[in-house]
Amino acid sequence: MSGRKRTLEAISFELVMTVIAIIALIIIIAPSLVVLIVSFTSGFSLRFPPPGYSLRWYAELWDAWQLHFAAKNSLIVALWATGLSIVLGVAAALAISRSPTLSARLLDSLFMSPLVLPALAFGLAALMLFSLVGLPVSPLTLVIGHTVVCVPYVVRNTVAALAQLEPTLLESSAVLGASRLYTFRRIVLPLIRPGIIAGAFIAFMSSFDNVPVSLFLRDAATDMLPIRMWQDLEGKLDVTIAALSSVLIIATIALVAVMERVTGLSRRLTN
Amino acid sequence: MGAAPASRDVTSYGMGLAAPLALFFLVFFVAPLLQLLWLSLHNDTAGLHWGLGQYLHFLSDPFSLSVLGSTLLLGAEVTAVCLVLGFPIAWLYQRVGPRLQTIIILIVLLPLLTSVVVRTFAWIVILGRQGIINATLQSLGIIDTPLKLLYTQFGVVIALAQVQMPLMTLPLITALGRIDPNLDDASCSLGAGSWRTFFRVVLPLSLPGVIAGCTLTYAAAITAFITQSLIGGGQMLFMPMYLYQQASTLQNWPFASAISIIFLLAVLAVVSVFTTLGRLSRGYGGA
Repeated sequence: MSGRKRTLEAISFELVMTVIAIIALIIIIAPSLVVLIVSFTSGFSLRFPPPGYSLRWYAELWDAWQLHFAAKNSLIVALWATGLSIVLGVAAALAISRSPTLSARLLDSLFMSPLVLPALAFGLAALMLFSLVGLPVSPLTLVIGHTVVCVPYVVRNTVAALAQLEPTLLESSAVLGASRLYTFRRIVLPLIRPGIIAGAFIAFMSSFDNVPVSLFLRDAATDMLPIRMWQDLEGKLDVTIAALSSVLIIATIALVAVMERVTGLSRRLTN
Repeated sequence: MGAAPASRDVTSYGMGLAAPLALFFLVFFVAPLLQLLWLSLHNDTAGLHWGLGQYLHFLSDPFSLSVLGSTLLLGAEVTAVCLVLGFPIAWLYQRVGPRLQTIIILIVLLPLLTSVVVRTFAWIVILGRQGIINATLQSLGIIDTPLKLLYTQFGVVIALAQVQMPLMTLPLITALGRIDPNLDDASCSLGAGSWRTFFRVVLPLSLPGVIAGCTLTYAAAITAFITQSLIGGGQMLFMPMYLYQQASTLQNWPFASAISIIFLLAVLAVVSVFTTLGRLSRGYGGA
């Protein structure tokens, strides 16, 4: 066969793959950019491009106390759920990560199952259990529900970090006379900390953004931000929500940048 | 257990450390799901009369079955779109330098970490009657009246595909990173063209990643609630909203429980099929 033909074929392949990849990346990023731009509109509608630019909707957002209240609730629940996920998740990850036993594998499947099972079904189930035992919905029930669906992220990332830990480091530490606790505090914990932080970060973000579990486990006193936004959007297309969305997008990008620095998030999620 | 610490394996920790989370899951995850199952097996709201009435109701009702069918179909469509768009991203990732790699990962990650309401809201702005697509097409004179993009299957699929793209792309990047680049060269030097090499060498070897990505994307697409409800609107009903309406608006807990169990079983069935395929593909990849 001729070399030229092969080159042409290689070029066609690479062209097709690259073009699709770039289109896909644009599809991924375009919605966020659109929201950012629209939020600075001077008009009343979500027209694109906006008729003019102003900060008026950010001023509206500043006064939107209902959204502030919901954001505060979401933040408090997310912080508690993340804290609880770290304590329970890291301990469980230590136990199951290096154990080849069947029970360790079964526990691993159990702890991961909230990732694939419909969270809405779990939300309903949790509500029914709490009403059966007479525990009224409250921030406490929200924290419990969120912990169940967020803890898998902590377990998974901690297990991954532990898998990359050299066992010889622990053996050397023990040989040199360090106690298990000392080895854990001075060797294991510092080495797996980026993994724990990355997992906790994703757990926090998914709790802050959780709708299906919150939908059943909250009441009027514990209005949650994503639900408030969803209900606002069902009624009307409010530009204030665009301003709020932009704030959330910017905050997310900033947090991801910090996490990339602290934990090497992008490498952590691809191996 | 010996008294001297040195006599034990210092590289592993006791299973007891998993007890707190295991207990937490038993009480707050397994028990609620068992109660859901228990109530779904009752014909009345109070849970006094055992029976399969709720399930018979669902399975004999064409409307319920069509909701289940359209939900499963939606998952398949979203997964297919994610695979077709996500694979080239993973391929491109392996071909660029470290700096661009980080940028690609962060772009892919962005939707995963951005609030789901925000992501969906953006699609309303893009797909709406006066949205970007319609405004552009109208100003170019291609169409006279706005296309109906919102509240359509197309709209839901594209919005879900964007939202769930990281779940497909990240496992693919991992899988492609594990393939020995020499295989690619070997295939080419043996005379196979780029397309042939891709379909006969790269794609089969990346099957574990493809299957992992498909499992996560499919499960996430059919259980997505916000995107389905906002982009689908009132005209399109999928399992999550059906469940929510029965439980919350109609307070029909036994029927909502049965819907939940059927939905859970459907998700589990799909995940098991993918897992089985994954096991087979690993055998194939290793051969």
